[in-house]
Amino acid sequence: MGAINSIEELEAYRRELAAAAKPDLPTVLVCFGTGCQAHGSRRVAEAFMEAIKEQGLQVDVNIGFKTTGCHGYCENGPLVVLRPQDILYLKVRPEDVPEIVEESIKGGRIVERLVYRDKVTDEVVPHYSEIPFYKHQHRIALRHIGTIDPTSIDDYILVGGYAGLAKALTMKPEDIISEVERSGLRGRGGAGFPTGTKWRSCAAVESDVRYVMCNGDEGDPGAFMDRSIMEGDPHAVIEGMIIGAYAVGSHQGYIYVRDEYPLAVRNLTLALEAAREKGLLGENILGTGFSFDIKISRGGGAFVCGESSALMRSVEGNVGEPRAKYIRSVERGLYNKPTVLNNVETWANVPEIILKGAEWYASMGTEGSKGTKVFSLVGKVNNTGLVEVPMGISIRELVENIGGGVLGGKKFKAVQTGGPSGGCIPERLADLPIDFDSLTKAGSMMGSGGIIVMDEDTCMVDVAKYFTGFLVEESCGKCTPCRDGLPRMLDLLTEITEGRGREEHVAMLEELCDLLTWGALCGLGTSAANPVLSTIKYFREEYEAHIRDKKCPAGVCKALITYSIDPEACTGCRLCAKNCPQNCITGKRKEAHVIDTSKCIKCGVCKDVCKFDAVRIS
Amino acid sequence: MTEMTQDVSRFDRIIERYERSEESLLAILQDFQREFHYVPEEGIRRLSEVMGVPASKIYAMGTFYKALSLTPRGRHTIKVCTGTACHLKGAPLILDTLERELKVKRNGTTEDGEFTLECVNCVGACAMAPVVLVDEVYHGQTRPSKVVDMVKKQVGS
Ligand SMILES: Cc1cc2nc3c(=O)[nH]c(=O)nc-3n(C[C@H](O)[C@H](O)[C@H](O)COP(=O)(O)O)c2cc1C
Ligand code: SF4
Ligand code: SF4
Ligand code: SF4
Ligand code: FES
Ligand code: FES
Repeated sequence: MGAINSIEELEAYRRELAAAAKPDLPTVLVCFGTGCQAHGSRRVAEAFMEAIKEQGLQVDVNIGFKTTGCHGYCENGPLVVLRPQDILYLKVRPEDVPEIVEESIKGGRIVERLVYRDKVTDEVVPHYSEIPFYKHQHRIALRHIGTIDPTSIDDYILVGGYAGLAKALTMKPEDIISEVERSGLRGRGGAGFPTGTKWRSCAAVESDVRYVMCNGDEGDPGAFMDRSIMEGDPHAVIEGMIIGAYAVGSHQGYIYVRDEYPLAVRNLTLALEAAREKGLLGENILGTGFSFDIKISRGGGAFVCGESSALMRSVEGNVGEPRAKYIRSVERGLYNKPTVLNNVETWANVPEIILKGAEWYASMGTEGSKGTKVFSLVGKVNNTGLVEVPMGISIRELVENIGGGVLGGKKFKAVQTGGPSGGCIPERLADLPIDFDSLTKAGSMMGSGGIIVMDEDTCMVDVAKYFTGFLVEESCGKCTPCRDGLPRMLDLLTEITEGRGREEHVAMLEELCDLLTWGALCGLGTSAANPVLSTIKYFREEYEAHIRDKKCPAGVCKALITYSIDPEACTGCRLCAKNCPQNCITGKRKEAHVIDTSKCIKCGVCKDVCKFDAVRIS
Repeated sequence: MTEMTQDVSRFDRIIERYERSEESLLAILQDFQREFHYVPEEGIRRLSEVMGVPASKIYAMGTFYKALSLTPRGRHTIKVCTGTACHLKGAPLILDTLERELKVKRNGTTEDGEFTLECVNCVGACAMAPVVLVDEVYHGQTRPSKVVDMVKKQVGS
């Protein structure tokens, strides 16, 4: 059907879709997120098509078939969900497909080897919503991801899509802003600025033109929620932006997506076209006289372009350098016009807030941080992936209940939050509730919500060096403290990790951190101190071990470690000797092997290949 | 037709897909990058001419944005993710291995022009860390002892 011309027509269309839908029809959902595609979900989908045909079934008649966005459990991909039974199959291979069709779809039985099995209790959990990884989640921003086909606007409308917009269009712009203010929603892009306040300041500026923008640059390493939302539920972002545009009086919007996310660009492009076709975007939206359109701008892979003023310069077709902060974007943003820039996840929350109301949203979370937050739980943890939980959940709950604890039974050491602008929080503070303010108080940041779990094998000095190195590469070089200060910090950290550290280096680092915090122009420089200061604060003894004892307690810093073979554990299988690129491992078959440390280049291959865990680092 | 005019038409075909506005510059340069695996000088000249923008500005963009390269790249691109999750799960050793075995430095191209080795910051697939992309194909949970064979197997050499 063509354009929808009124709010009533949208509701009628939704009823029509609902009447045609067959909720009880057995349906196969194959995850087409980036992770599952990397694990081969395309071939799994093809296998389903074939098996369905071979079994004499017909899609949409006897069986439904859909490809979806990322469920956040990518490590276990390809993921297949069967509805209405709500069965989740993990690591499905094309060879498994005929059996799934025969057993589960035709026979209603569960293929046990493909379902979730608890790593500790060995209990089998076939149902999606009962798996610990999902059970504790509360999904708002991720509400549809994994259940709808992101390339189908009908799928989105059927589950209630654009109802938030329809409601907003019956409200006064001023009331929408108040609603968002009262919900307590704070921006999910890092700093946690109150979204309603931002909208209100923009609307208050006298101007003929205003812009609404979405920050999909997602530069923080370790975080991928924005990617998942743009790929898996692009209409949620678009709907949020239309509501925001109506509230502040904007007629043109931009989504800035990093070019490394081709699937996000594709799904957003398709979604924009479909929304225009349906009359939900463009001229005279839903016949209300309000007009607004959105363009996609592809970023060029520069971390600093995520910063608001740099992002706007980049969209205009310039080099993306930040500018001084005293000019606010809500007053002079894109093309010097008042501009609202919000993060992907922020926008995705907006339609639900309008639909269900500020009180509903504000009833979740903590005093200062309302609602839920999507975290990307990665690193040394058993269940990695995207999880959405109410603000205020403790680090321990997140890591232990949802994450299933630290990988390989190792000791939980710390979490790193907030990417390069954040810091490390030690295990002893793990009962800290996670929200914007508590993380900042602990010397870290919410950032985009990356939670990187670290175990005893993680070296905190190396982590500080890693982030500083990252920022040296990403600094635009416009201001002196950042351009010259960061490389100096990296030098000092390198000296320490290579065994040339001196006692006074730690104080020098602290001084440089201070300089950056006060002197840098944009958030990249001003927050660069966090990874360094937080590791010094909580793990000073590790710095001391590197400096004083010339040791890396975690066994990471190459210059300070040696590889050796434990004669007790070594079976003499010769595998390491065969693989060592330096040929520096010797020994007789079935006897303990030895490494000639003078020739060893510490490449790690021997440790990697040894099946008996006989290679030691000291 | 000389090689030069042939190329101009290839650049024009890309430029024509976009509005004639400075807003399109970055997208056009990215398309050049995709098609030629770098941003050729003739492309910059042509873009400067068509858009009426000084070539110096386009060069400035070419050096600023990581996704763009002003020098030709190898036939295959290997991107090692060096984001935090990948770093913790062993990306440095994977990078060392590739540098050593392919005899190429990071951000360099092998002598035979076969491979360009790049480091990238988080490709958004952290749950599969450490991640290596070979010509846009994702490989998760890579290991130092397997990575070279994995690359060679994919490109068939
Ligand atoms: C160096 C730097 C990089 C940033 N990168 C991002 C990013 O990738 N995505 C994002 O949404 N915000 C990023 N931000 C924050 C944005 O500048 C901005 O505050 C945010 O997009 C506003 O949206 P919000 O209010 O919804 O959080 C970055 C900030 C700095 C200083
Ligand atoms: S703080 Fe660093 S990144 Fe930010 S403007 Fe200054 S030099 Fe550029
Ligand atoms: S670390 Fe590498 S070079 Fe050293 S012994 Fe092991 S395989 Fe050989
Ligand atoms: S691979 Fe392990 S068990 Fe085998 S010889 Fe080497 S150290 Fe010993
Ligand atoms: S891509 Fe399938 S679960 Fe993330
Ligand atoms: S850190 Fe490598 S994919 Fe995110």
